[in-house]
Amino acid sequence: MMPELVLAQGEPVEGPTPETPKGRRGSRAAIVWRTLRANPRFWVGGSLLALLILWAIAGPRLWQWRSSDQDTHWLLAPPMPGHWFGTDELGHDVYAQVMSGLGISLTVGFIGGLLATALAAVIGAFAGYVGGAGDAVITWIVNLLLVIPTFFILIICYPFFRGESYWIIALFFGLTGWMITSQVIRSQTRALRNRDFVRAARFMGFPPFSVVRRHIIPNVASLLIVDAALGIGGVILAETTLSIFGFGIQPPAVSLGGLIFDGSSSATTRPWLFMFPGFTLVGILFSLNLLGDALRDAIDPTSGANRG
Amino acid sequence: MAEPLLSVRDLSVTFPNRSGDVLAVRGVNYDISEGEFFGIVGESGSGKSVSSLAIMGLLPDNAMVTGEIRFGGRNLLELGDRELSHIRGRDIAIVFQDPLSALTPVYTVGDQIAEAVRIHDRSVTRQAAHARAVDLLRIVGIPDAQRRASAFSHEFSGGMRQRVMIAMAIANNPRLIIADEPTTALDVTIQAQILEVLEKAREITGAAVSLITHDLGVIAGHADRVGVMYAGKLVEVGSSHEVFHAPTMPYTIGLLRSVPNIRTAGTQRLVTLAGRPPSLRALPPGCPFADRCPLAIAVCREVEPALVSPSVVGAAAHPAACHRADEIASGAIPRPDVFPVADPIPSAARVPPGTKGVLTVRDLKRHFPLLGGGFLRRPIGTVRAVDGVSFEVAPGRTFALVGESGCGKTTTVLEIMELTKPQEGEILIEGTDVGAIGHLERRSLRADIQMVFQDASAAVDPRLPVGDVIAEPLLAQGVARTERNRRVAELLELVGLEAGMAERYPHEFSGGQRQRIGIARGLATRPKILILDEPVSALDVSVQAGIINLLEDLKADLGLAMVFVAHDLAIVRQIADDVGVMYLGRIIEQGPIAEVFGTPRHPYTQALMSAAPIPDPAIERTRERIVLDGDLPSPAQRIEGCRFRTRCPLYRVLDPDARSLCDRIDPELEPHGDARVACHHVERNSLVVA
Repeated sequence: MMPELVLAQGEPVEGPTPETPKGRRGSRAAIVWRTLRANPRFWVGGSLLALLILWAIAGPRLWQWRSSDQDTHWLLAPPMPGHWFGTDELGHDVYAQVMSGLGISLTVGFIGGLLATALAAVIGAFAGYVGGAGDAVITWIVNLLLVIPTFFILIICYPFFRGESYWIIALFFGLTGWMITSQVIRSQTRALRNRDFVRAARFMGFPPFSVVRRHIIPNVASLLIVDAALGIGGVILAETTLSIFGFGIQPPAVSLGGLIFDGSSSATTRPWLFMFPGFTLVGILFSLNLLGDALRDAIDPTSGANRG
Repeated sequence: MAEPLLSVRDLSVTFPNRSGDVLAVRGVNYDISEGEFFGIVGESGSGKSVSSLAIMGLLPDNAMVTGEIRFGGRNLLELGDRELSHIRGRDIAIVFQDPLSALTPVYTVGDQIAEAVRIHDRSVTRQAAHARAVDLLRIVGIPDAQRRASAFSHEFSGGMRQRVMIAMAIANNPRLIIADEPTTALDVTIQAQILEVLEKAREITGAAVSLITHDLGVIAGHADRVGVMYAGKLVEVGSSHEVFHAPTMPYTIGLLRSVPNIRTAGTQRLVTLAGRPPSLRALPPGCPFADRCPLAIAVCREVEPALVSPSVVGAAAHPAACHRADEIASGAIPRPDVFPVADPIPSAARVPPGTKGVLTVRDLKRHFPLLGGGFLRRPIGTVRAVDGVSFEVAPGRTFALVGESGCGKTTTVLEIMELTKPQEGEILIEGTDVGAIGHLERRSLRADIQMVFQDASAAVDPRLPVGDVIAEPLLAQGVARTERNRRVAELLELVGLEAGMAERYPHEFSGGQRQRIGIARGLATRPKILILDEPVSALDVSVQAGIINLLEDLKADLGLAMVFVAHDLAIVRQIADDVGVMYLGRIIEQGPIAEVFGTPRHPYTQALMSAAPIPDPAIERTRERIVLDGDLPSPAQRIEGCRFRTRCPLYRVLDPDARSLCDRIDPELEPHGDARVACHHVERNSLVVA
């Protein structure tokens, strides 16, 4: 209790802040963008992610092998000039497979992870803010979805989207991954709802939607950012599990998760099968973390890096 | 002279910190003699609590404590935790500010007190310890002590919990009781009770008391000697008479004049201390008060003055840390001239009564159902939070609602702010019934009525830059961006901040500045009515004065009608034109401020007035008090007849015939003089009013 008391009065900074240009006043969006731009993590994370995306899109066009091609001369070849990342036991070029898998995994991960977080934010915030019957119904649905195993739902639904593209898999993860986070958001919203600044906004005449958008979501943003970053990585890996059971992404299409799983059994003997897709996944997660940190610091003025 | 009980020498406390060490206490010296009542007064961050916790050895491990604390012939700072434990609780006891967190929720209070007895004396049997606990609870005035000893802390009210804390503190007949802001969280009527219990505890145990507070009024009534702390140092020490009547350090002089006094409030403006205490991380050389001091001279900015007695022949001189103490003590600089004489409030600025009201509230009621804990959550009672409140506020006038916490004053204003049809009664804004208007009209009507909240840091979104915070009501009204930006700059200047601060986030501001932001937001739409819910109660006194003065200026300049909710009567008298005293959801006395506070007629108003401390030891010690019994009854409880009769000092002295009237009939507000009073026996009321 004591250090707080002591620190509290030393905290605020007096005098004009040096970096703010006088005259033009920025609103929150402008200030968040400016803080983001000034953060090297944003640039490092952003460029890394951009490079990965570019690699996934443009890479296959510039490479002689396609992911489904088999080079029967070189089975299980280590990295070499013609096969930069080596080949697997069927002669597939790993470099081509990683690029193809990266594209699919990024799509599935981003759609699935971001959709889940967005649903959690919107549903949780409204359930918590509006309360009453709507809240009761949402909580009931959430509890129902939580007790039904998602795998079970997938098995039931699978016949309907068999053979469709991996977009469906992404949607599936988005629609089944929001429940737990939404309950966390809901309870945080309920605490925020009774705070004076939310009450003040209501007394100003803002409708519920505006209050949620302006005050609730930014105040739970730290949680949402972490959830999204973890969620994207989680979906990429979870997709693997589906593939193993014969759902999800099936050959000849490949995903990063699938490559990692296939390669993990020979990680020590033929490391190239495991390492290259693995490092690519680490690259995705690393860039997401940097971006998430930068975004959180920009939105939350009291978070770590801003505390001085 | 005998060795003092406690002797603090060169005590310094530093908290190491990444961004610079915090020098919380910087070389404090003082003595407390046996049985003395020593008061330490200071604003938040002055180091008053830290220095006392250092005595108890209760600072966090990272604190670096140097100096000497001699108690009973030993230096406490050299003792290990085990040895200190023998002294803590037995020789030195502490009463904390927040008794809810200081008591363990899972043990009964009797067990906790018994434990305090047994931990220092294992020879006491459990039964004996329990009997002692019950005795102690009785001493501190807990009714039905035998039964209440087996209750848990959450079953007690705040005041009762603080009594339990005092009982625990005196359990081992300590020689020193440290009371750290013991009454800050309590209502004035309860505060008066607790201070009496503390005095009684001191009489019974013969212990010395070290009372730490920010409230000069609390100190004035009780302390023998007073120490004033500022920026980690004692800047003035003397008998309470000396400090209050002949203050020598300019900070003390300013502090005393920035506090409204309930007897004189409202006749002149409060003195404000410009600026704020320095950051304890990077203290400039020289006197830490120099930047705020109107007497500062060159030497003040170079050398920090020591706490020494001024060398004045003949005159009573007590130590003060000021380079110009000699001049002040000798009278070469008259004390009233230290801070520029405040202008009296021009009477022309006060709008005469009788002007047509812009906000009218008629017979407002708000009842909450009390739900049972069972599966069906059936209603098991009703909380009558607001039960028939009527008042009217005219432009340029301020109506104050005062009362203890739980009396319904905040619920009343929140009900008004909803701008919907109340459960019962009417709310009219400029003649428009808010219950009879549509959605769009209501939204535009919100521009006319705005609110300022008690806790400024909770009332602004921490994720919004203050420019956006202030522009929010304008955004809600659909004002264009350029116009919003222009208005934000204007408003920041109006409340005494800089227009360039708009891009900063709320956490970069101090408490007083944040409240100014709250006021700026309240004024953004040029409202006709501003509702203020305890706007200064969370602020330090020297900052409080600045906000009060600002509000007075705004009221006069903008012709605002203000509804001011407060529990501090002196502040209400300073700022309000009319007042309504609330008790359990009703206004029990209402009228012009001078009439109600000048000649209070309702026994509750009288009790509130007499409980409000006055920062003047001469008055405080001679005036008679009406101390109310017990706590505010729960608003869920149904009291037949007059609601106040359970605590009424007048009721107790009435004959049975007169009492039966109170028992049967709930009194209505009846005109008496210029005020209206809800009491059957106004003319019989001869209670002494302090």
